[in-house]
Order: sequence, then structure tokens, then C-alpha cells
Amino acid sequence: MTTATLHKTVFHGLHLEHGARMTDFAGWDMPLTYGSILDEHRWCRSAAGFFDVSHMGRLHFSGRHARRFLDKVCTRGILGMQRGMVRYSLVCNEQGGCHDDVLVYCLEEDEYLMVCNASNRAKLVKHFETQRADLAFKMEDRTESTAMVALQGPKAMDLIGRFSKEIPALKRYRFTEKSLMVVKLLVSRTGYTGEDGVEIILGASMAKLAMGMFLKDMGKADGVVKPCGLGARDSLRLEAGMPLYGHEISETIDPLTAGLDFAIKLDKGTGDEREGRFIGQDALQAIVAAGGPKRKLVGLLVEGRRSPRQGMKVMEGDRVVGEVTSGCLSPTLDRPIAMAIVERAVAEGKPALSVDLGRERVGAAITPMPFLKTVR
Amino acid sequence: MSSPSTCRFSDSHEWFLAQGQEVTLGITQFAANELTDVTYVQLKPVGTAVKAGETVGEVESVKTTSEIYAAVAGTIAAVNDAAVKDPSLLNSDPFGKGWLVKLQVADASPLAKLMDAATYDSKHAVH
Repeated sequence: MTTATLHKTVFHGLHLEHGARMTDFAGWDMPLTYGSILDEHRWCRSAAGFFDVSHMGRLHFSGRHARRFLDKVCTRGILGMQRGMVRYSLVCNEQGGCHDDVLVYCLEEDEYLMVCNASNRAKLVKHFETQRADLAFKMEDRTESTAMVALQGPKAMDLIGRFSKEIPALKRYRFTEKSLMVVKLLVSRTGYTGEDGVEIILGASMAKLAMGMFLKDMGKADGVVKPCGLGARDSLRLEAGMPLYGHEISETIDPLTAGLDFAIKLDKGTGDEREGRFIGQDALQAIVAAGGPKRKLVGLLVEGRRSPRQGMKVMEGDRVVGEVTSGCLSPTLDRPIAMAIVERAVAEGKPALSVDLGRERVGAAITPMPFLKTVR
Repeated sequence: MSSPSTCRFSDSHEWFLAQGQEVTLGITQFAANELTDVTYVQLKPVGTAVKAGETVGEVESVKTTSEIYAAVAGTIAAVNDAAVKDPSLLNSDPFGKGWLVKLQVADASPLAKLMDAATYDSKHAVH
């Protein structure tokens, strides 16, 4: 796709003003970095980072059967969500693999918002149209009519507190709707960095103006907030042990393998009669019945200074026991870290391992995730 | 930003500065920007003979790993240990403190076939 045909978020001009290096991300022209990925990463861990995440899909569901439909396509329980709650869920295929991982916001009993990955949005819309059967609900793709930003870091809540006392009192995975002048903001205490902070969804037309109030000092020498690009977003989520679609989960990697058991309501449809089963439930139950997944996601502390990368083989002695799904030289720990999917016996036995970097092999040890103590 | 006019430039984004029989090489500002933050530098040891087109080492960034090629045959006479210790020098000063190796060459004339600074910069503008 050429630059001219890439989608631009409402903050595109702001990125260029801050000297962003732009990159094609799932058809969107997005900031990779504004100069240094490492600086942005460290700034988000020590102060506050501003991330434009408007490229992420925002699908709105409303109507009598909206909840029932979401319970059909989501692994997590949607029945039982109350207004103001956010839940992380997978959307699975029949084989138990993942179409996507999403956040579901309960706006009202019959009104929900789903935030999905940019790269999976079109696929999900098609999946949902295929699966809606005769359920009575409306699905509206609000991705382009809204914008979304994340404000993340230890100083993010102080900053937000200047505009609202209510928001810093929010629990994790809760949201509130606020008005800032005439702009309606949906503010959730969520994020993808492992830091405290919020994600804000608001109408596209007023977004830049509204955010300007928060960000008027952004990037200045004495400013608390600096813009952070997709490069830092990736290394931050990796340190926080959070999965990335296409790496730790995919159409062929099920969420049990990825250790996302907390997001799967395996007994869905057995208690409350209003609740049906979800797509992929049979397959995931079969995996559990067979003794669990054959492979498991683990965190690795890797020796040396080189970055492990997706696809590199994980070895026990001379035997391949798995492969790296994500890796980087952790900016906070100042050493290489990786996530890898390995044979379950290896994940549980935690033997000495190595990672094949191509010309050399380096030692690696299984470590609990997240790699950092974070607020998640 | 202009690349130094005293250097010649390869399609693979190395710069070469010939001073008599000694050729210093490194990566260009454009390359450093494309790589993003350089996190690791590995260079072949002093005394290694390299043919034209062979690698003298590799650099890794947050995003990717990239090999560094010598456009001229020679023997590695010096490596920049400071850049190995602090790879961010390749981002902050790629034409200066971020140099990579010095080659002792018998014949520096093949460098004349490479791009000059104006040609390189016209193809690879640094924003």
C-alpha cells in the first residue's frame, strides 16, 4: 500500500509536528518512533507517554440480543458485566485458535463497545456478520468516526486528576464517561504498557482539540508527557508480559497455550439459562479434557546482549523444544528477554535452555511473567 | 541534513572515508534512522582479511539485525570499541564517534565507483 492510500488518524499532523518516523501498520500510517524507541520506553516507565491508538478497531453493538451475541463470540463471560466494566476476551475460531483478542466495554445492558486489533478488524466484522444468525442487534463500525489515545505511566493519573477527580478513583478495567466542554470522553483505566494510566475514546472531529488541553506541553523539555510510538508500545507490552496478536496468539495458537485461562469461561452455558456456549468452546474443553495444551507460553531471560526474535528456535541441549514468539533487549532490565512457546514438559520442568540466534546459541532460563512488577 | 562530502556511499548504506591506504567505514544517518535505536554491535576482530562485498560485522536495533559490508578489500586494522560498548553512538553520531572499523587497503580506488554524498542524499533524504 502506498503512503497516499494509507489511513490517517486525526493525530497524523501532530505526529509529524513531533518529528515522527511513520510506518505502515495494518494499512494505517502510524508513528513508529519520534526519535528514540528506547527513550520513549523509559519515559513511559518514569513519567507519562501519549500513544495514538486510533488505528485500533472500535465496534459498537446495540440491541436486544447484543449481549447474547457477544457471549457467543467471546470466550469471556459477557453476561454479568455491568455498566462501566471492561473485560479482556478472546474471539476464537471453531478449532480454539484466536481470531483476535479484544476489550469489551459494557455501556448499557444492551449496548457494548469492542476494541480490536487494527489488523483483525475486517476479519472480525466478517466473522460477526457470518455468525449473527437471527439475533436482533446492530453492529456499527465506529473506528473512523472516533479516535482513541492511551496515556500511560506513573504520572499519567496525576495529570488526568487535574481535569477530573473521578477518573483517578476508577478501578482497573473500569471506565467512566466524562464531558470536556462539549466533547464526550470514554475513559477507561486500561492499557497495554504495564503502567497505570487510561485509554480514552472520543469523537474523531473534536479529538485533537480536546487532547490539546492535556498535551499542550507535550514533548517540551519540562513537559510530563511525551509522545510514544508503536516501537515503544511493543517493548513496553513485552516487558509487561502481554500477548500480541500474530505472536503469542493467532488462528493456530489457542489461548490455553498462551496462558490466557483467566479470559476463558470454559463452563459457559452451564449455569444461567440466558447464556449460551461460545465459538471454540468445544475445542478448548477438549484440550483441557486431554490434559491441557501440548505447549505453553513462557517468559525467558536470555544471556548476552542480542535481541531474540520471533521464530528463533528454543533448544534443550540439541533438541528443538519450542520457538520464540517475541523478544527484545529489555530497556528496563537492560538484558534480552523473550516470550516463547515450548513443550509443556519443558515449561513445567524449567530445564536449562538456549536460544538459537543463527550464528550462535545463548543460554536462556524460564522466568515468571510479567518480566517487571507492574500495575496490570 | 547532508552526508559528509569527503565520504563515498554504498547502496547498503555504509559510508567510506579513504585517507591514503586507510579506509574508515560506518553506517549513514539514514541507515541509523531506519534501524531505529541500535542496541548491539558485533565486529570482526582486528587482523581479519575481508574481500570486497564481505561483512565486517553486524548491528542490531530494536527493530532488526543488519550486516555491514566492506565495499573494498582490506584487513581490519582497528575496530571502534566505544561503539561496541555504547551502540547508541551509531544513532547519535554515525559519521563521527559511531564509526565501525578501519581497513588497511592495498587499493582504495574501487570506492570511486560508489555514490558521492550529493547522489546518496538525493536518493535517501533524512527528514
